[in-house]
Amino acid sequence: MNFENQEFFAPGHRACAGCAAPIIVKWVLKLAGPNTIVVNATGCLEVFSTPYPHTSWRLPWIHVAFENASAVASGIDAALKAQGKREGVNIIVFGGDGGTSDIGLQSLSGMAERGHDILYVMYDNEAYMNTGIQRSSSTPFGAWTTTSQVGPFNILGKNEFKKPIAEIMAAHKIPYVATVNPAFLSDMKMKIAKALEIKGPKFIHAISSCTTGWRHDPSKTIEIMRLATETGIFPLWEIENGDFSKMRLTYIPKQRKPVEEYFKPQGRFRHLFQDTEKIKEIQKMVDEWWAKFENKN
Amino acid sequence: MVMMMLKGNEATAYAAKVAKVQVIPAYPITPSTLFPEKVSELIANGEMKAEFIPVESEHSALSAAIGAAATGARTMTATASQGLALMHEVLFIASGMRLPIVMAIGNRALSAPVNIWAEQQDTIAQRDSGWLQFYAENNQEALDLTLIAFRVAEDERVLLPAMMGMDAFVLTHTMEPVDVPDDKLVEKFLGPPKPKYPILDPTKPATFGAFVFPEHYMEFRYSQFVAMEHSKKVIDEAFNEFKELFGREYKKVTGFMNEDAEILLVTMGSMTGTAREAVRKLREKGEKVGLIKLTVFRPFPKEELIEITKNAKIIAVVDRNISVGFAGAIFTELAASYNNIKEKPKIIDFILGLGGRDIRLEDYYEIYNKAKESLNKEVKEINWINVDEEAVYEVEGPL
Amino acid sequence: MKITRGVVITEPGSTALEETGSWRTFRPEIRYEKCIRCMICWNYCPEPAIEKKPGENYPVANPKLIKMEVPVINYKYCKGCGICVNECPTKAIDFVREEK
Repeated sequence: MNFENQEFFAPGHRACAGCAAPIIVKWVLKLAGPNTIVVNATGCLEVFSTPYPHTSWRLPWIHVAFENASAVASGIDAALKAQGKREGVNIIVFGGDGGTSDIGLQSLSGMAERGHDILYVMYDNEAYMNTGIQRSSSTPFGAWTTTSQVGPFNILGKNEFKKPIAEIMAAHKIPYVATVNPAFLSDMKMKIAKALEIKGPKFIHAISSCTTGWRHDPSKTIEIMRLATETGIFPLWEIENGDFSKMRLTYIPKQRKPVEEYFKPQGRFRHLFQDTEKIKEIQKMVDEWWAKFENKN
Repeated sequence: MVMMMLKGNEATAYAAKVAKVQVIPAYPITPSTLFPEKVSELIANGEMKAEFIPVESEHSALSAAIGAAATGARTMTATASQGLALMHEVLFIASGMRLPIVMAIGNRALSAPVNIWAEQQDTIAQRDSGWLQFYAENNQEALDLTLIAFRVAEDERVLLPAMMGMDAFVLTHTMEPVDVPDDKLVEKFLGPPKPKYPILDPTKPATFGAFVFPEHYMEFRYSQFVAMEHSKKVIDEAFNEFKELFGREYKKVTGFMNEDAEILLVTMGSMTGTAREAVRKLREKGEKVGLIKLTVFRPFPKEELIEITKNAKIIAVVDRNISVGFAGAIFTELAASYNNIKEKPKIIDFILGLGGRDIRLEDYYEIYNKAKESLNKEVKEINWINVDEEAVYEVEGPL
Repeated sequence: MKITRGVVITEPGSTALEETGSWRTFRPEIRYEKCIRCMICWNYCPEPAIEKKPGENYPVANPKLIKMEVPVINYKYCKGCGICVNECPTKAIDFVREEK
């Protein structure tokens, strides 16, 4: 059955104009259909979609706390099994990069190791956006955030690399891990549909641009996410059962655009343009990653 | 009904079995570890049909319990001390979401210093969380109170989670003869696991755990407060039904040799056994002493306690917990209960048994003597018994 | 007021009662004579504030497309983010300042 023309996520929610998260959510739900239970970690999505007494969700939905969405989902999985009602019900967890890669990592890892039949979708806006743009482990190298402020004593902003959460989840040897980009919609739909067909833990890492935190024009949301992949900074790949040797790049740009093009429209990278050495350094890192993985393909 | 030699942990595992608990997410921690081990064993040999989730932390154990209960499954877990402390934020959430989860606690001291032995601070420290609290004197009570906890928690008038405390090692690891009730009778007592509240159900989509503004939050908190008040009546009903079906009587507050007592001891948990013996011995010597045992701590049985203690001259409260900076919890809440009453007994706090230090007959005699002294002279309001105070004053300086 | 126990909201999708269209400072306007009915705008609208409607009575860029559905903006919810304006492959959507 095709549910693509149904809306399981209602308008009237309080997401910033131009937020990518609701775009990701609506497509995941259209592919999952109504026989779905959603678990949500604390974060932008949970807050803007459930201002009591209203809710945007047209599916059963539960939010408990910040770090335990995967544990809550594990309990739901067990309960449905105990009641003999597990068959055919999708359990989907939505968590931001904060609630997944940082505070939520333990419960996510536990859920993956125990093999629960759960699809985890991380919408990565690359900082703790809901509390006002503080850095997370998912914030990219060289980005400004309110807790990686830029100044003469800290010229880069964030000095640490982006935690490779999707690779960490692939190393758990779960059946399916993929990176997706709403700007590459058919690739994203293909991967989500594929994940929903598989039994066991699945992890989808979705880039989710944030007009407020990345400091860009809201109309450019899709365009900027497209550049993330076209510059090679956010590559699109799949890994099944943790086999890194068979990692599949599902989109290879014919000619990768220079990383500068991705940084230019975003205020959070403005300081990089004061010292082009930093941009060269980042270009080198991206080139090295591609050199390694392009050979595999 | 089957008589078995069971440790406290096993008793609670058998309670889960006869109550047909459906989901058990649990993490091991001394002294409650034997609970998930026993559950795993009972499932492996086919005696129990439940989904056991070997979670990766206590915080996740209670979180998974919330997910399971929200899906309408009868859910139970067990922990102690540090594990219960780790669950702290989730305890409030479980109560606010009105989910009838039951948790068995092996009452153990909290770090630092690290200590695995009996103390009631762990559950006492969670008394604000909106959970019902029952305390067992022995392993039979541990099993029975677990069943009663389900009965009260799942009642439509209550719908609040409940914890049952049993002292570390003294109860959790000591074998006692326990009557394990027949599961058909238990089903009569509890009913089948059919939730009386909205659940996560794709055929009836609902949102659980929304974000609430100041214009609504207080009504929700008052809602829990009112439900906990209603639970006072439901607990009495549950105790009566339990007596009818299983023959054992429970009361929120139980008196022993207390009718004409001038001095009353108030105890909670396994320490009660020794207290009862001390009272008997003192009575033989003609002392007018009695014992009050607390079985329910939340909701605080204010009315029953006042009724049963009001005619005594002195109430000696034994607190196996201490709120550093003030006093023991039972003392504090009892004194507050008497606040607006003009004629009241003197209430004195005695702190004992922290970190598993035994509470002995001689300690009760010391308590009794101090209480008796206070009839004629001023005594300290808070007394630490069987503690080397000198050693402490050497380091901290005297009080 | 009316509350539910345990903060449960039983009315699904009730944020649809909140008209976030009031947030707009710019409004997108589809020029149907340029619209090729690709639905890229409908794909990407975050609210979503674009609905698919039967297209026979709308102006059309190419008469062959007349039977296809058209995207119609629901101004009750449109926050004026401009994603549709930016992504439209034929630049068929104008972005006009709201007159209040």
